[in-house]
Amino acid sequence: MTYTLKINGESKTLDVDGDMPLLWAIRDFAGMTGTKFGCGVAQCGACTIHVDGSPTRSCQFRVEDADGVEITTIEGLSGDVASTVQKVWTEMDVPQCGYCQSGQVMAAVALLTENKKPSNNDIDAALSGNLCRCATYHRIRAGIHEAARQLEA
Amino acid sequence: MLFSEHSPLKAGWIEADRRQFLVGAAASTGGLLIGFGVPTTVASAAKKSATPNPFSAYVQIGTDSKVTVFSSQMDKGQGAYHGLATLVVEELGADWSQINVVGASGNPALYGNPVWGGVAQGTGGSTSIAGGFDRYRMAGAAAREMLVQAAAKSWGVSAKDIKVEKGKINHASGKSAAFGELAAEAAKLPVPQKVALKKPEEWTEIGDPQRRRFDTGPKTNGTHTFTIDVKLPGMLTAVIAHGPTFGAQVKSFDPAETKKVRGVRDVVQIATGVAVVADHMWAAIKGREALKVEWDESGSEKRSSTDIMNAYKAAAAKAPKAVARKDGDAAKAMASADKVVEATYEFPYLAHAAMEPLNAVVHKNDDGMVEVWGGHQIPDVYQFIAAKITGLKPDKIKMNVMTTGGSFGRRAVADGDVVAEAVMVAKAIGYKAPVKVQWTREDDMTGGRYRPAYVHKLRAGLDDQGNIVAWENHVVGQSIVAGTPFEQALVQKGIDKTSIEGSDNVPYAIPNVSVGLTTTDVKVPVLWWRAVGSTHTAYAVESFMDEVAAAAGKDPYEFRMAMLGKHPRHAGVLKLAAEKAGWGKPLPKGRFHGIAVHESFSSYVAHVAEISIEDGEAKVHKVTVAVDCGVVVNPDVVRAQIEGGTGFGVGSILGEEITLDQGRVEQVNYDAYTPLRIDAMPDIEVHMVPSTERPTGVGEPGVPSIGPAIANAYAAATGNRVRALPFSKSVGGA
Repeated sequence: MTYTLKINGESKTLDVDGDMPLLWAIRDFAGMTGTKFGCGVAQCGACTIHVDGSPTRSCQFRVEDADGVEITTIEGLSGDVASTVQKVWTEMDVPQCGYCQSGQVMAAVALLTENKKPSNNDIDAALSGNLCRCATYHRIRAGIHEAARQLEA
Repeated sequence: MLFSEHSPLKAGWIEADRRQFLVGAAASTGGLLIGFGVPTTVASAAKKSATPNPFSAYVQIGTDSKVTVFSSQMDKGQGAYHGLATLVVEELGADWSQINVVGASGNPALYGNPVWGGVAQGTGGSTSIAGGFDRYRMAGAAAREMLVQAAAKSWGVSAKDIKVEKGKINHASGKSAAFGELAAEAAKLPVPQKVALKKPEEWTEIGDPQRRRFDTGPKTNGTHTFTIDVKLPGMLTAVIAHGPTFGAQVKSFDPAETKKVRGVRDVVQIATGVAVVADHMWAAIKGREALKVEWDESGSEKRSSTDIMNAYKAAAAKAPKAVARKDGDAAKAMASADKVVEATYEFPYLAHAAMEPLNAVVHKNDDGMVEVWGGHQIPDVYQFIAAKITGLKPDKIKMNVMTTGGSFGRRAVADGDVVAEAVMVAKAIGYKAPVKVQWTREDDMTGGRYRPAYVHKLRAGLDDQGNIVAWENHVVGQSIVAGTPFEQALVQKGIDKTSIEGSDNVPYAIPNVSVGLTTTDVKVPVLWWRAVGSTHTAYAVESFMDEVAAAAGKDPYEFRMAMLGKHPRHAGVLKLAAEKAGWGKPLPKGRFHGIAVHESFSSYVAHVAEISIEDGEAKVHKVTVAVDCGVVVNPDVVRAQIEGGTGFGVGSILGEEITLDQGRVEQVNYDAYTPLRIDAMPDIEVHMVPSTERPTGVGEPGVPSIGPAIANAYAAATGNRVRALPFSKSVGGA
């Protein structure tokens, strides 16, 4: 069966089973590996993508349900919010191993797009689905505050 | 799942080669100093050289002026690549924009870990900077000297008027060259036998608090490549069906339904289970779901973790089987003490649960070389294992050391684990295509190799002045290294150092000390887990020390300080953490402090935790940490590791536990096994003790003392002691 997915603004026609999670379609068929496999059950957030702008766990979103939606992966992030988050992440050395950080960045960008000045509670609520086993949370929080400050300025 | 006693993996080839594998070990004060031998075949394959040419061994300078550092240490997020590069940049005079770091392997003479005796390559025990401090500075300095000599020759000037700074070779006259212009000439020159290293006051990179990691950018935009991202032409992906209990063996399997799944190519049995090999991951997962396997569980571990813990508690009440430390006569002093305090602490199995589930990629090239990609913490050992499986000589195996999505010790397994599996699968399909073996989260969580469960029994005797006159600590639990090639090095007189480190070296001035160990026989596979023995010994010793201070009617900080006169580095971090946290000063209503200090891997850390009680549970608000790790090479990396280690410790203490029901692991994913999430992360302040001592590690030492600091704060808040971890089991939390 073939499905046409709109990933990062480009249409891609993939010959896959409809029950395949977007995670594996993106990684193994669309050839973009920035989206990570962590748990397969929407518990860790490493596979976070944006579906029509909303942070979504790609391990739980089937290809057959993706007709007509706009998929954005870490590779396709663009705009001021994204570039500011990525810049601040580098300035503050937020990542350690980096494996979860695609998901953290996707979640942080979605949060800052919706909420220009999130509180600690807002950050905790928006990112509590994104595990970081290196526990870089202290810097993720500080990074989101700093990105908000830079975006405001 | 488990290489049991019946498995060919353990019974056969590893055991047979143990004698040539190891030469011995010595335990340093506190941390472990392990001496390894390596398989003679690997050692003889190494090109030994008294003075390695830095241009081929540790640093490569291209004609494009790019500087490539070959790292002996695997980077799993701890910053080893950046740390070793810092040492090279400092001495070479390079600019960071020139720098790239790649994983080295295959030459223990060059990359053997100096802290482990220097013969085998390995990342572990928080040794990367300690082991690389001289080696990579010398390499950088030698390369700089060779560039200077090449410039002097080329320009016909005196070498003493040439300086190398920020990637440029400059002469007093104004002549200047990029590294690339002179690299080829420099590489032909003799390697200087003696090079002068910079004096600490000349350092501009080492200790620079503003310096950020050179390798962060690709981790923010998805371009950093992990083992899971390795893609080779025609590569297949395999998942392995493992047994439901530790020790289960394949009795039979029926691949009929699996083979009907689109994309499945092969179903093959290997020593650890049945591999489903497919075109891509989803086909492999679906193929495994359709697979029918009958397991022989006659040799399996069938007990529940409650049974195991009950047996441990019974053993703890008896005399230890082996004595690890005996000062004076603790039993006699205890008998005549004014007051005796006693407590038993219980520690569960813990999973590493690194974010990148275990994996490895294997490909046999047309020239017959077998390449193995993975997060190899011990690549020489894995090279030897791959050689045994393939039947090739070790020099026909190339280990590609990848950076990984965490590890915490999980990728240093004596029998090769997922690396061995990937080689076995490649062999089983006749090396017809590159193959990636990828574990799922469930495979990773239920795959064993846990931090062992332990029980500690402690007793302390006080005199009528409230001084400790006797201290007894009995540790009960599995040995991490028994039955592995590491046993000979790490177990002496029945004492596995990794079970008891942190208990046998209690630093407090106590005249009569008795520390004993009873090693148990359980078939749950266990492994080192970030900070190893100190993950439980620090909690037991430092929680109990608070209980004893309370019994003596003394302030827990003052009580400890009074007994640390001969241990200034313990006292130094304890004092610094207490000062910075405002120990003893009034706290906001409902907030409570707890304090603890511990040395691990020759680094010293003290934590002060500030908590409140919310809905009966401990909520950690703020943590103040002091660390003494000798010379600080990268202050921000030290800060990051202590922050992360502290968070790792908070999570494990509050809510992590692996339990078994009739031998079956009950937590299979992150919904039931619950590492720390952002909403439970406290604020953290890290303070470093200025030091001129040689640098020691920080990957692990941030973990041990946060647990007891929280427990001690909890006791201050509630009067209750948490003696069975995690908190979520005893009192709620997490």
